[in-house]
Amino acid sequence: MNDTQPILDVDALHVAIGEREILRGATLALRPGSLAVLMGANGSGKSTLGLALAGHPRYRVVGGAARLGGADLLAMSVEARARAGLFLSFQAPPDIPGVKNNLFIRTALNAVRESRGEAPLDAYDFLGQARAAGKSIGLPDSMLGRPVNDGFSGGERKRNELLQLALLKPKVAVLDEIDSGMDVDGVRAVVELITRLRAEGTAFLIVSHYLQMIESLSPDVVLRLADGRIAEQGGIALAHEIARTGYARAAQVVGV
Amino acid sequence: MDATADNANAATDARAAPEQADALTQALAQPYRHGFVTEIESDSLPPGLDEGVIREISRRKREPEFLLRWRLAAFERWQKMEAPDWAYLRIDPVDFQALSYYSAPKSHKNGPKSIDEVDPKLLETYEKLGVPLHERARLAGVAVDAVFDSVSVGTTFREKLAEVGVIFCSFSHAVQNHPELIERYLGTVVPQGDNFYAALNSAVFSDGSFVYVPAGVRCPMELSSYFRINAANTGQFERTLIIAEPGSHVSYLEGCTAPQRDENQLHAAVVELVAHDDAFIKYSTVQNWYPGDENGRGGIYNFVTKRGLAAGRRSRIAWTQVETGSAITWKYPSVVLRGDESNGEFHSIAVSNHYQQADTGTKMIHLGKNTTSRIVSKGISAGHAQNSYRGLVRINPGAEGARNHTQCDSLLIGHHCGAHTFPYIESTRGDAVVEHEATTTRISEERLFYCQQRGLDAQEATALIVGGFCQAVLEELPMEFALEARSLLAVSLEGAVG
Repeated sequence: MNDTQPILDVDALHVAIGEREILRGATLALRPGSLAVLMGANGSGKSTLGLALAGHPRYRVVGGAARLGGADLLAMSVEARARAGLFLSFQAPPDIPGVKNNLFIRTALNAVRESRGEAPLDAYDFLGQARAAGKSIGLPDSMLGRPVNDGFSGGERKRNELLQLALLKPKVAVLDEIDSGMDVDGVRAVVELITRLRAEGTAFLIVSHYLQMIESLSPDVVLRLADGRIAEQGGIALAHEIARTGYARAAQVVGV
Repeated sequence: MDATADNANAATDARAAPEQADALTQALAQPYRHGFVTEIESDSLPPGLDEGVIREISRRKREPEFLLRWRLAAFERWQKMEAPDWAYLRIDPVDFQALSYYSAPKSHKNGPKSIDEVDPKLLETYEKLGVPLHERARLAGVAVDAVFDSVSVGTTFREKLAEVGVIFCSFSHAVQNHPELIERYLGTVVPQGDNFYAALNSAVFSDGSFVYVPAGVRCPMELSSYFRINAANTGQFERTLIIAEPGSHVSYLEGCTAPQRDENQLHAAVVELVAHDDAFIKYSTVQNWYPGDENGRGGIYNFVTKRGLAAGRRSRIAWTQVETGSAITWKYPSVVLRGDESNGEFHSIAVSNHYQQADTGTKMIHLGKNTTSRIVSKGISAGHAQNSYRGLVRINPGAEGARNHTQCDSLLIGHHCGAHTFPYIESTRGDAVVEHEATTTRISEERLFYCQQRGLDAQEATALIVGGFCQAVLEELPMEFALEARSLLAVSLEGAVG
């Protein structure tokens, strides 16, 4: 597959939670190394898109298609999607009491490596990589020895998501409000990491309301989700307009 | 107090009791399945229990008169007792006359002759547990001498212990060679009439372990039944006695880290520990007897009485158990805190999957001044299993300044299992500090999804989450045991999620 082919291709996706259809024909494509910002009013289905692509059991795909690197994403199990290179950062990552962060991440990393036919990392090699990655995003070493997200602040949980992103180096990363709860240094770390991984070929779908960060990311495209579809798309100017006028007005513009 | 969380549902929980009863009766009725390693097979007695059988057991074991009298007294009491029914367990009645009472290790004749004859499913489990190849055969019941030379290992071991004066031998050996110790201590911690199963054990016990650590000696190695020659397959009625003289220190590991395919059997063991002034006994168990199949057929009935006497000043006794096997577990390792400033600990992981039932916990009996105890219980239920914690903390009138802390956590996997907590606190003193904390959690969809999104499959995720839940207890186990226990937890819960 050459770089002009999309790595993620979502075509007219319909997703329901229970009987309620949240996404009604969402279509988007990401090429390797590209970055799309997904904006939209609360409840417009931004998180639903990420969770449905990742295969959350409560998000039922009722129509459309999604392909990752040409393969049928929707036919894969949750872990197969992850191993194929899909990463979703959680808005509120859960804790796992008693499981040390480094064990958790190493187990995950080795599961992914195994599926790629790579040798597992031993604890020593892993720790070296994890420390270096942690340092670059401002996560102290001590976080590696603590149970996963247990007693972490909101910002620490988000940084821990970044750490996993940095180590897993996915093909496609969907980051759902990764900036919320982060301090200024945290947001800077987000931008640095995304820029670096993007240069290495990771495609990003970034859900955010934070204009300053969106600007620093130099997105290829800004998408506005409304009524379960991509209602509008454009350059950074669209993000500026939404910031200035709000979603309610934007909704009126397209007559939703 | 009942049920911090109770998913027991009579309708969904119904199980094939009649078939099980049949299978059990049949299997229990099978005679001659076992025989002493040192004896020939014809030494087994036919099924049935009366005074004559007890005299015969004692005669064949060439026991001193005091022990025969002790057995007979126990038998007399047992006959007047009823099987306890207070536990939160469904137990099909056991026909005690259908059992053979002089039987211990698996007969070579009936057992597999080579590893090729062993159930491949069982071997697969061993492989998952990382049990070495030669060990797999031994665990599967292939004749020991055909597999590896344990004698040389045992001899080195025994010599090393003898240098410091530690006695570690089979119970029968101790009866022959150290009768004065047996006579002095037997039944002092668990009296003959303590309970129905202890009384039965007292009457008919076959063999078990004996440990004696002299004053001031720190036992130079972990004592493990693994190394105990001629007792790898001690039978249904084990009896273990450990005596730690003042200032001594001993750690004993019991158990088998891979499942034995003994089906439909009753195990009624008794363990007595005596720790004198400043002595410390650490007793660790990994129990993985056959739990029955996915439909609740077969499996061991495990009725065990374990108790330690912290007899002197600053005596310490710590029980650590990982219970993943057996169809039914009924077990309450306890500590009687008689000496002032003595300390008792109980760390437990009890896993029940499919149709397993566990009713387990501890008793901490505070008698001496400033005695302390700590209880950490982790119960895990999956499938249609029922898991109960039952614990008693008693503060007697003389126990000035006694303190206890209990932490009791339950983890539920799925929606058809149940977790129950029955903590009993009997405090006669106003100055006692007795704290009880309990939590119930579920392997939530969110945690599972999170792990899976990072690339773990449901089973790996479950193993990880369960391992985290049990971490505080696993830390109490000796290192190599902890690793095995971790794999065991994963294997026991296979198929519980996803």
